[in-house]
Amino acid sequence: MFRQLADSGSPSFLVYIDGSETVARPGDTVAAVLLRTAPGIARHTPVGETPRAPYCMMGVCFDCLATVDGETSVQTCLVEARPGMRIQRQKGKVRITP
Amino acid sequence: MTSEHDILIVGAGPAGMAAAMQLAGLGLSPLVIDEQPMPGGQIWRASEGARPDAVRRALGPDYAQGAGRVAEFRNSGVDYLPGTRMWHLEPGFQVFMSRDGAAFSRSCRAVLLATGAQERPVPLPGWTLPGVMTVGAAQILLKTSAQIPDQPVWIAGSGPLPLLYIRQLLAVGGKVAGYLDTTPRGGAGRALPHAAAAWRGRGDLLKGLKWLRELRRAGLRWLRGVGDIRALGEERIEAVCYTTPDGQLHREPASVLLLHEGVVPSIHATLAMNCDHLWSDAQGCFVPQVDAWGMTSVEGLYLAGDGAGIAGAPAAEARGRIAALGIAQWLGHRLPEGAEPAARAALARALASRPVIDALYPPPDDDIADEAVVCRCEELTAGEIRAAARLHRGGPNQVKAYTRCGMGPCQGRQCGYSVNRLLAAEYGKSRAETGFFRIRPPLKPVRLGELAALQEGREAP
Amino acid sequence: MTNPDILIVGGGLHGLSAALHLARCGASVTVLEGEFVGRHASGASAAGVRTLGRNPLEMPLSTISMDMWHDIAELVGDDCGFHAHGQLRVAETDAQIAAETQRIARLTAAGYDNETVIGQDQLRALVPGINPKFIGAAYAARDGAADPHRTLVAFRAAALRAGVTIREGAPVTGLCRRGGLWAATMPGGTVSAPQAINAAGAWGARIAALTGENIPLSAKASMMMVTERLARTIRPVVGIIGRSLSFKQSSQGTLVLGGGIQGRYDLDSGRTFMDFHALARGAMAATELMPSVSGARITRCWSGIEGKTQDLLPVICPARAEGLFHAFGFSGHGFQLVPAAGAAIAEMVITGIVPPTLQPFAADRFSQEGAAA
Repeated sequence: MFRQLADSGSPSFLVYIDGSETVARPGDTVAAVLLRTAPGIARHTPVGETPRAPYCMMGVCFDCLATVDGETSVQTCLVEARPGMRIQRQKGKVRITP
Repeated sequence: MTSEHDILIVGAGPAGMAAAMQLAGLGLSPLVIDEQPMPGGQIWRASEGARPDAVRRALGPDYAQGAGRVAEFRNSGVDYLPGTRMWHLEPGFQVFMSRDGAAFSRSCRAVLLATGAQERPVPLPGWTLPGVMTVGAAQILLKTSAQIPDQPVWIAGSGPLPLLYIRQLLAVGGKVAGYLDTTPRGGAGRALPHAAAAWRGRGDLLKGLKWLRELRRAGLRWLRGVGDIRALGEERIEAVCYTTPDGQLHREPASVLLLHEGVVPSIHATLAMNCDHLWSDAQGCFVPQVDAWGMTSVEGLYLAGDGAGIAGAPAAEARGRIAALGIAQWLGHRLPEGAEPAARAALARALASRPVIDALYPPPDDDIADEAVVCRCEELTAGEIRAAARLHRGGPNQVKAYTRCGMGPCQGRQCGYSVNRLLAAEYGKSRAETGFFRIRPPLKPVRLGELAALQEGREAP
Repeated sequence: MTNPDILIVGGGLHGLSAALHLARCGASVTVLEGEFVGRHASGASAAGVRTLGRNPLEMPLSTISMDMWHDIAELVGDDCGFHAHGQLRVAETDAQIAAETQRIARLTAAGYDNETVIGQDQLRALVPGINPKFIGAAYAARDGAADPHRTLVAFRAAALRAGVTIREGAPVTGLCRRGGLWAATMPGGTVSAPQAINAAGAWGARIAALTGENIPLSAKASMMMVTERLARTIRPVVGIIGRSLSFKQSSQGTLVLGGGIQGRYDLDSGRTFMDFHALARGAMAATELMPSVSGARITRCWSGIEGKTQDLLPVICPARAEGLFHAFGFSGHGFQLVPAAGAAIAEMVITGIVPPTLQPFAADRFSQEGAAA
């Protein structure tokens, strides 16, 4: 859906989206990384289980919610990606029992 | 860091930073909190970050100016907490915030809300599909991550921002499939009555005309007077449909569709505080009422920036300085000679072109299609809201109670104005009279565990 | 326009239920609501349908009401989102279990079989994920919860179908007896009727005072918290003995947390104010009950203003003045009583005789207590 413009000098690090290694760069929000990682979505909604991608990127739509390092329903457009971060796309309602 | 701050500033965009630096200059020490990881607001978002040269050039001098402001702010010694959400404000004031997963509260005498604006929701069929997002969102991706759509992108809507983004996108090698311009025809006629008054703002307007010429030269496929836009697809957008003024229906393949119909002030905090608001026909939104110093109808609660009415970054900075002077004065401090006239002159300059811009790009007032989702969180369509209105004849709060519209995590930020528009049309009432949702705290969701650990007067982590 | 037979001040659930029953008996009824139907306590209710731990004086009425809830669609044409998944009050000490066992034995001796004591295995089956420190509970299996808004919609619609006139945005500012009629005045008009019911909730004492009758009444603004939608896990409504917490999961999946944690209110403006330090204690109780919910996000908090009496029992009785009846002050647990109270109030208004189920709720109990003191 999106691509990052080539910049050879820029450092990068790895995060894990649903367990898969994914390249991220300093300044990236988690939502930005999700958008350039196929299929470019953040979650399936808890109401109709429809797929959603980040929509506003500024904290007012709540469509970029994902689980980040175990914390559920994080607004990923407000969180910077950090090395080793584990990101899971939520599928429907979050479970409250293990 | 001390927990003794008389003044809390919410938001580190142009208004919040300018206010903080003005207060610091007067020897006062506000605390600035901001939801984002870096200062700058949306306009100067990530302006401190590294980026490829082509992107830096494309973002232009107005954006580059932000890096300087942010550096000044950082060097001003003002206490600043990034990544901090305010989720409740109590009169008096007690401010509830969260940072790094921990909630805390602070009391202070004055609060300045510099929380800016958000893009107006654009409830068209298919706008919830992956691949559909706002123009502002795409521009943020360019700023934070040098990231652009990987296929030719469709852009739909109205206003200066689509033109600015298209220009920036083309400059970094992006491709535009087409610009579906929804601006009603007759812009020049609408703008003319304001032209003389806008003379002092001619710089802004000339800049806009330059963009238009550039875009035409670049061969942008620019379709004017477009309507009935819809995004089609199952798991993601696959096509965009629209009608042109000749009545022709078009359908074209699409992988990314960016929407923009102007911006509206963030009013959740001022609504929750029961501040007075007035409806603005020109901007199609509610605007909190403030006095000459930016004080709302709630004593000690100030407002600056686009949250006090859409006017752009230079006006936000001027309003930030004026509110800072107002707060200082209200707290019993004497203002330095000349500070106020300078700030007011800067504000007048910055506001000069605004009536022309408002007249060129009026807020949309076409019908929302029945099948369009209105409430993204609870997945309710315009048709369902209309049906509830016909059945119950109630205002926004009753429709909310009966349908759950606006009860999701976004707290009505994406559906409030659409419900207002639908009910006003349904009942034949004005938008002003129809009103908005009553805003329930928290302003942003808070985890149960976070609230459970809330402690009074606790230090920020 | 001809006068109705009965006017009802207050468009909360109790006013609507009384109106519905009266209209079904053939009376013409007008409900006068200051703002909109269910604006305060009814709309802000947790909608618990509970006999568990109820004051024995309310049990005759509550028992009838519970049967009516199990057939609520018969009354109002909709199930009101009611599900009888039970209510629990969990215990963490043997002493608490012993006290509950004794209380329930007395209840059983009085002829009520609605509650039992359950042990830890059954508790864990009912509340998967509950903190293992809770060892048992008092349990009312036929109790449950409804959807407050759906209930309001259903009662309002049923009342309208039965011929009730509901006037919203009609705050009553005067009530006086003239020529054998009660005349209720409001901005923009007067409605008169031979009989009137004061179902004004937290404002009930103010309405009574308009007729010269003083009834001691205070108010409360119980706060509620609701979370994002979560996978459906918990069916019953759960409370903790000795703590202000009621914990349930709605059919949408949201956790709805309440239990009488108090916010602040202003009767004049009808506004309520949250106290997050108090809510923090409720959140602490919830995460203690079920530690795995600590990551769930609270998306909204609210409260409504409800009338509260000294003994936490409602005032339902004929007023001192002729042709006027009171029905208010349900003190935060009136939701379950709605169907049966409306029927009993209708009987009282029509026959002039206070049915046995309502006899504990006479307003003069406060003046008698005052005289005895």
